[in-house]
Amino acid sequence: MTSGAEPLLSVRDLVQEFVVRDYGGVKGGVVNAVSGVSFDVWPGETLGIVGETGSGKSTLARSVLQAPRPKSGAVVFRGADLVTLRGSSLLQARRHLQMVFQDPFGSLDPKWKVRDLVAEPLIAYRVGDRAARRRRVEAVLELVGLDPAGHGGRRPRELSGGQAQRVAIARALAIEPAMIICDEPVSSLDVLIQAQVLNLFEQLRAELRLSYLFIAHDLALVKQVSDRVAVMYLGKLCEVGPGEAVYRQPLHPYTRALLDSVPGAATARPAAIRGEPPSPVHPPSGCRFRTRCPRAEQRCADEEPAMRELATGHSVACHFPLVPVAEVTVRSEERIGETPR
Amino acid sequence: MNRVSTASGPLLEVENLRVSFPGRRSELRAVNGMSYSLYPQRTLAIVGESGSGKTVSCRALMGLLSQAAVVTGSARFRGVELLGLTDDEMRRHRGTNIAMVFQDPSRSLNPTMKVGNQIAEAVRVHQRVSKAEAGQQAIELLRLVHIPVPGRRFHEYPHQLSGGMRQRVMIAIALACRPKLLIADEATTALDVTTQAQIMDLLLELQAELGMTLMLISHDLGLARSCADEVIVMYAGQIVEQASTPQLFARVRMPYTQALFEAIPRLERPSHAPLPVIGGRPPDLSALPAGCRRLPRDHPAARRTRTRPPLGVLASH
Repeated sequence: MTSGAEPLLSVRDLVQEFVVRDYGGVKGGVVNAVSGVSFDVWPGETLGIVGETGSGKSTLARSVLQAPRPKSGAVVFRGADLVTLRGSSLLQARRHLQMVFQDPFGSLDPKWKVRDLVAEPLIAYRVGDRAARRRRVEAVLELVGLDPAGHGGRRPRELSGGQAQRVAIARALAIEPAMIICDEPVSSLDVLIQAQVLNLFEQLRAELRLSYLFIAHDLALVKQVSDRVAVMYLGKLCEVGPGEAVYRQPLHPYTRALLDSVPGAATARPAAIRGEPPSPVHPPSGCRFRTRCPRAEQRCADEEPAMRELATGHSVACHFPLVPVAEVTVRSEERIGETPR
Repeated sequence: MNRVSTASGPLLEVENLRVSFPGRRSELRAVNGMSYSLYPQRTLAIVGESGSGKTVSCRALMGLLSQAAVVTGSARFRGVELLGLTDDEMRRHRGTNIAMVFQDPSRSLNPTMKVGNQIAEAVRVHQRVSKAEAGQQAIELLRLVHIPVPGRRFHEYPHQLSGGMRQRVMIAIALACRPKLLIADEATTALDVTTQAQIMDLLLELQAELGMTLMLISHDLGLARSCADEVIVMYAGQIVEQASTPQLFARVRMPYTQALFEAIPRLERPSHAPLPVIGGRPPDLSALPAGCRRLPRDHPAARRTRTRPPLGVLASH
């Protein structure tokens, strides 16, 4: 869905590293949390990022927000490179980029009332006067399906998990962002409540023309909300493409393995991939997935695969993608054609 | 290896199990009359939302509830009544007959003890063996749950292991005395999908190898579908649906199960299609409404049932 001429968010070669300290504060090694990630998010689009624990997806989200600042790379949001901005100009540029976290009870001050929690970003950005702020708080609480009179005076512990997550979403919406970064926003909720919150995200997207960077470990969940999906493994993106294409015809062996691990698709379960992800302190040479990859060859160890576009908008970083280059163009187009959104 | 006899009788027979927690003003009724039979070497999945009573009902079997809990009904393990056993009797029966694996391995393991010693401890509680021999058995158990280089892992602490490895250690501890029934309480919920698939494969493989009976407690209907022989769906402390897995998924009868099933995002669904949801929250277990428990929820199909469903519907297909 490339509806705008310019991407809303454009991330180029983003690198984030953390130093591990050994005994006595000696530098023990470097965690390569995010290693050269590039992607674009267009206005009104949802980009989903899937990855396992430790793949660097949360670090990626935080690096985009400059909290903490990435080691290198560019994060261009609405034409301004956040990496080069400082102080108040960074705050102003970041105003339209909000975040919703996994645990609503951890991100909401337990002593504050709901209406004060939602009003806080308005006060921080000096939006309107007291009366205008109150109207705005009531409007966003209505928008996320909470009753301003009933829920507004409660404290987080008087809310259920789903309600608390709605407050966190209302808080992110209060200053009219163009984009919301959601880091596992429904993982702590029960399935039925999760469905309600996912529908809320969809409804807000349609009503407010929001963009999302939606991060989760659950593939089906990411597909549900995303236009495009990026698969992340050990600090790098392995595959980016339209949601439908990535799930119907994965090109990267890791994406295939992830899809095969989802229980419940059929009664017969295919074998899962063996082993565990290597340490990001000592990532494998060349392709980072090669140590668990069933198709790995010598070339994978010697040479790092570059991201290449095999079909329209569907790219993969693999020397030996699951479908030959010639075939993929034809098949993915006809398959996307089968199920128009 | 003490293989479970494949005699025709059920391994576990639960009848009208009720658990309530008396409070100052009202009584919280967590489990309200649960009956089922579990046959040897079968896999039973108990599915439901948080607070549906799935964990409490299993903890009642293990005698792991607080003193305040009032447990009535009957639960017979190979004919022996479990409810009302003294602490000593229960301790003997735990581990050797029924063992449990919990959701969060990092909270169930002792962070200050080497994992090998934690397994050896479980062995020594139930068997009169020397420390060295228990250590040997612990290494064997680590090998059984496919931990590479078990001799070295024996000497590591829980924080040195990944989440999947820790859950394997928990399974090794549970298997220390070759239990006949293993209860996995959301054992894979905290893990990644690929790790989750590995742990489920391990559990099913061990079940076949050791002739165990498996009880999976989960909120994930997908997991139940791919691993279990039978499924029980719980809501507000009651069994609302109980059937063999193929039967249940071929034709879902209860609106609640239907809702639970539809609310899960699935890969086959197109992106952005709204998920069918039922409004409201599960009923407050200390103030249960009369009639059908699903009444407060406003799913269109759920409105049909206005009176308490007859027992025939509750029991089985």
